[in-house]
Amino acid sequence: MGEEDYYLELCERPVQFEKANPVNCVFFDEANKQVFAVRSGGATGVVVKGPDDRNPISFRMDDKGEVKCIKFSLENKILAVQRTSKTVDFCNFIPDNSQLEYTQECKTKNANILGFCWTSSTEIVFITDQGIEFYQVLPEKRSLKLLKSHNLNVNWYMYCPESAVILLSTTVLENVLQPFHFRAGTMSKLPKFEIELPAAPKSTKPSLSERDIAMATIYGQLYVLFLRHHSRTSNSTGAEVVLYHLPREGACKKMHILKLNRTGKFALNVVDNLVVVHHQDTETSVIFDIKLRGEFDGSVTFHHPVLPARSIQPYQIPITGPAAVTSQSPVPCKLYSSSWIVFQPDIIISASQGYLWNLQVKLEPIVNLLPDKGRLMDFLLQRKECKMVILSVCSQMLSESDRASLPVIATVFDKLNHEYKKYLDAEQSYAMAVEAGQSRSSPLLKRPVRTQAVLDQSDVYTHVLSAFVEKKEMPHKFVIAVLMEYIRSLNQFQIAVQHYLHELVIKTLVQHNLFYMLHQFLQYHVLSDSKPLACLLLSLESFYPPAHQLSLDMLKMLQSRLKTTCFSIQYSAFLNSETSVCEGAPISHQGNTVKNMLLFSNRFLETKL
Amino acid sequence: MAAAAAGAGSGPWAAQEKQFPPALLSFFIYNPRFGPREGQENKILFYHPNEVEKNEKIRNVGLCEAIVQFTRTFSPSKPAKSLHTQKNRQFFNEPEENFWMVMVVRNPIIEKQSKDGKPVIEYQEEELLDKVYSSVLRQCYSMYKLFNGTFLKAMEDGGVKLLKERLEKFFHRYLQTLHLQSCDLLDIFGGISFFPLDKMTYLKIQSFINRMEESLNIVKYTAFLYNDQLIWSGLEQDDMRILYKYLTTSLFPRHIEPELAGRDSPIRAEMPGNLQHYGRFLTGPLNLNDPDAKCRFPKIFVNTDDTYEELHLIVYKAMSAAVCFMIDASVHPTLDFCRRLDSIVGPQLTVLASDICEQFNINKRMSGSEKEPQFKFIYFNHMNLAEKSTVHMRKTPSVSLTSVHPDLMKILGDINSDFTRVDEDEEIIVKAMSDYWVVGKKSDRRELYVILNQKNANLIEVNEEVKKLCATQFNNIFFLD
Repeated sequence: MGEEDYYLELCERPVQFEKANPVNCVFFDEANKQVFAVRSGGATGVVVKGPDDRNPISFRMDDKGEVKCIKFSLENKILAVQRTSKTVDFCNFIPDNSQLEYTQECKTKNANILGFCWTSSTEIVFITDQGIEFYQVLPEKRSLKLLKSHNLNVNWYMYCPESAVILLSTTVLENVLQPFHFRAGTMSKLPKFEIELPAAPKSTKPSLSERDIAMATIYGQLYVLFLRHHSRTSNSTGAEVVLYHLPREGACKKMHILKLNRTGKFALNVVDNLVVVHHQDTETSVIFDIKLRGEFDGSVTFHHPVLPARSIQPYQIPITGPAAVTSQSPVPCKLYSSSWIVFQPDIIISASQGYLWNLQVKLEPIVNLLPDKGRLMDFLLQRKECKMVILSVCSQMLSESDRASLPVIATVFDKLNHEYKKYLDAEQSYAMAVEAGQSRSSPLLKRPVRTQAVLDQSDVYTHVLSAFVEKKEMPHKFVIAVLMEYIRSLNQFQIAVQHYLHELVIKTLVQHNLFYMLHQFLQYHVLSDSKPLACLLLSLESFYPPAHQLSLDMLKMLQSRLKTTCFSIQYSAFLNSETSVCEGAPISHQGNTVKNMLLFSNRFLETKL
Repeated sequence: MAAAAAGAGSGPWAAQEKQFPPALLSFFIYNPRFGPREGQENKILFYHPNEVEKNEKIRNVGLCEAIVQFTRTFSPSKPAKSLHTQKNRQFFNEPEENFWMVMVVRNPIIEKQSKDGKPVIEYQEEELLDKVYSSVLRQCYSMYKLFNGTFLKAMEDGGVKLLKERLEKFFHRYLQTLHLQSCDLLDIFGGISFFPLDKMTYLKIQSFINRMEESLNIVKYTAFLYNDQLIWSGLEQDDMRILYKYLTTSLFPRHIEPELAGRDSPIRAEMPGNLQHYGRFLTGPLNLNDPDAKCRFPKIFVNTDDTYEELHLIVYKAMSAAVCFMIDASVHPTLDFCRRLDSIVGPQLTVLASDICEQFNINKRMSGSEKEPQFKFIYFNHMNLAEKSTVHMRKTPSVSLTSVHPDLMKILGDINSDFTRVDEDEEIIVKAMSDYWVVGKKSDRRELYVILNQKNANLIEVNEEVKKLCATQFNNIFFLD
C-alpha cells in the first residue's frame, strides 16, 4: 500500500498533554475542545490545552476530593468542577471578579448529578438521574439562578455543543431519547423518539448503550448516529450505522443507513460532512457521504462506503525537546489502539500517550480510488478544500495517458457548471434583493458564500483548458470536442460564455486551418457576438476572406442589440467609403473603425442564415 | 442603384401554340491530346447519345475543338464558354487540363399553326441563360468527381480504358436525371439550405457528433442534416456542396417514397437488448439481422486538390435527421460495425431528432410566420453557400417546382448576370408584367432577389417595401438565436 493510498490522516500538530496516570487525571471538554490534565486533584496544578491556544492555561486549585468532571464555560470565563454527586463548584476566571469558589447543589431531592454542560459563557445545565436543571451563573454575586428544570428518569446523556442540543436516554431499555435545545436563556423540549433496538438473544437484556450513539452536524443538519451491531434484517450480518435526522422543528426521522458489512468494535467521526467509521479489528476505516446517491427504499436511503477500507495514514510521533537534537528516529504511533477515545466531530485522543488529534480527509488519493468520474465529482464538490483537486482531476481526464471519454468529460463539466450556476443564481437574487432595499428590512438576507466548489470559467480556463490546448500531441478533433463540450455545458446551464473561451476555440480552429468549421460555428451563433471576437475575425481576413463578412455581421448584431442612435445615418450613408474599412483599418482605432463598419454592414439588413 | 423596365416576355399566348422546353441534344467528353496520331475517334472519351454515327461524333468534337482553339486567340486564358446558334447552345468546360466536357442544349421551341395549317417552328434563341447551363455542366463534373475521383486519377489507375468505363457507367445514368427544363438561378448558386436552429440544440448536435466520432473511431468526417437541410459539415465547403446536392436531389428523394408508403417501417425492438429506435441505413445493409447482408457503401472522393481522400459514405437516418459518416476507404466496414453503429447511433439520433423537431416547432410558433407573406424571395450567400428560396416549392428527383412564372425566373437570372459583371455592390429594381416588381440586391457577397406583386406601385414605394421586408420579415423568418 503506497503512501498515496491513505485517505485519512491525523493532523500534523496534535495537542500534547501529560499522559494519564494514577496521579494525573485527564478530562476532555467537547464544547471548548480542551484537554484538562489535573494533577493530584489540582493541588499540584491543572494544565488546560485547546487546539487553537498557543499558550496553555495553568492554575492550581485546592484538592477537595476526586474531580469527576471539569469544564470551562465558553470563552474560558468560569470554571466548573464536579467533585461530588450532589454539587458542582465554580470559580471565576474573569478579571476583577472574586476567585473564591462557590458551590451549587442540584435542586432535585435525592438526585445524583451525572454531569454538566456549559451552553454559553454564563449558562450551565446539570444533568441528574432525575432530570435536568438549567442555571444562569452570576459570577459577580458568586451564585446561580435556576432558569428552568425538567423531571424525568435519565440513564445517560449526550451533548452536541455545535447545535446546543442535549440528548437524554430514558426508559428501562434506555432507547427512548429526549432531546432538549438551549438558546439564550431558554430551554426547549423537542419531540422524543425511540431507537429501534436489534433483536437480541433472550438471555441478555437489550439496551441502548451510550457508546453506540453519537451526535453530529452533517451538511448543516443535526443527526443522531446509532451504531447497530446486528442488523434487524436477518439476512445481512454486518453492522450498520443508522442516521436519525433531528430537525429544529418537527419529529426525528430515520433517514440513512450506512452498511458496514463487517462486525466488531467501531468508532465514529464526522469529518468534512463525511461519516468516518473506524474498525478496530481490521485497523481500517471507511467513509460515507450521505449526499451521494444511495439505494432508496421509500423511507430510508442505504449507503455503502464511498471507498475501499483503508487504514489511517501511519503516524510518527514527533520528537520534541532535547531528544530531537539527537538523531533518534521518530517512533511510529500505534493506530487504532484500544486506548483511543473518539469524540465528535473529528477528535481522537490517546490518553495513554498524551495526544489529541484532529482527523483529516486527504482528497488527492481519492482521485485514483474512485474510478467513476461522475461520482468522484459529486464527492469532491461537497468537500471544503476541493478546488485544486477538482482542477487536477479535470486536467488528468484530458491528459494523453488518462484520457476520459467525451460523455464522461461532459458529465464532469455539467457537474461543475451546476454548482457554478447555483452560486450565480444565489448571487443574482442577492443583488436583486439588495437593490430592492430588502437588506435593511430582512436580516436573513446574506451574501451567498462562494465555496471552493464554485469553479468559474476563468478557473477552468487558467488551470485546465489553456494548458490543454497547448499540448501538441493531442488530436485537434479531441481538443475541439472538449472545448465545445464545455461551451455546451455552460449554455445548458444558461451561463454566459466568456469571450476568452471563444477565442480559444477560434485559435485552435485557425491553427489547424479549419476555417469552414469556424464559419459554421459562427453561423449558428455558437460563438457569441462580442466586440473582441469581431476584431479577431477581422484580423483573420487575409487567411480566410469570409471572416470579413462574419466580423461585420457580428458588429451589426452587437450594434442592433445596443440600440445606439445612429439610425438616421444608416441609410443616408448608403455608399459610404467601403474601401477605407475593407482594406484593414487598424484595429487599434476601434471606436472609429467600428462605427464605419457598422454603417457599411447595415447597408444590407438581413440576418445570416 | 439601377432601375429598368423589362418587357413582359412573350406576351399573350395563342391557344394553338405548342411549347417545347429546352432539351439535351448531346453531351460529350474528349481530350484533344489523345487524338492526332492514332486517329480522331480516340479523342472521344464519352459520347451521348451513343447511337450517333462515328463520323458525326468526330465532326462535332472537331468543331468544338476548333471553336475553343479559335477563341483562345482572342483570350488565351478564357476561351469560349458557350456557342449560341439558332437551334441550340453549346457549353464548354475544361475541368481538368485538356479534358473537355461539352453539353449541347436545344433552344426551347414554340410551334405555331401558320395560316395554311402547317406547323411553323420558332426557336427561342434568347431564352436560355448561359450561366445556368454552364453551372449545370460544371455540376456534372463535380458529381462525377465525387463518386469517381478525377479523370487523371482514372488514367493513372487504368489508362483510357478505365476512364472510358467509368464515364460510361456514371453518365449513362446521370444524364437521365438532368431535367434541363427546370434549371434556374438555384443551379447557378449550387447553394446549401441550412436548417435554422437555436444555439443549445445546435450544441447538442455538436456533442452528439463528437461522441459518435469518438465511439466509432474509424469515422473521419461527419455531416448532419435535418429535413434535407444541412446543420453540420465536417467536410470542406466545396465537397459538402456537391454531396449535399447528391443527398437532397437523389438519395433522400429515393427513400421518401417507401417511407410514405409505410413499407419497412423501421421501428425495431426485435433485437434483444436493443433500444427501440427509428434509425436505419440509407446506404449499406438493408437488414442487419440478415447474416449475409452486404455492407457495401458508395465511395466518394474528397479534397481532390490536395490530400485526395477516398471514403465510404454511410448515410444513416432516424425520422427527419440524417447523419453521413465518412470512413477511409482502406477500412472495410463489417456487418458487426454496422450493427454497432446502429445500436449506438440509432437510439441517440432518435432522441435528438425529436428534440430538434420540438425546438423547431417552438421557434416557428415564436416567430409566428404561419401565413404566406406577400412576397417571394431567393437568398444566397457566396461565403457560406447558404441558400434560401420561397420561390421553389419542393425539390423532387424529377422536377423542381417553382411558384412563379418562368419569365420572372428569367429576370432573376438576368439580374444575376448583371451582378456578376461588376464587383461592386448594387441594387436593381425591375418592373415586370402584370404589377410584378423584381428587386435584386447584392451586398458583400450576398444576393437577395425579391418578387413583389403590388398594384400601381411606384419605384419609391417598392424600394421602401423591400427595405421594410429586409428589416422586419427577414429576422423573423431566419430565426436563429
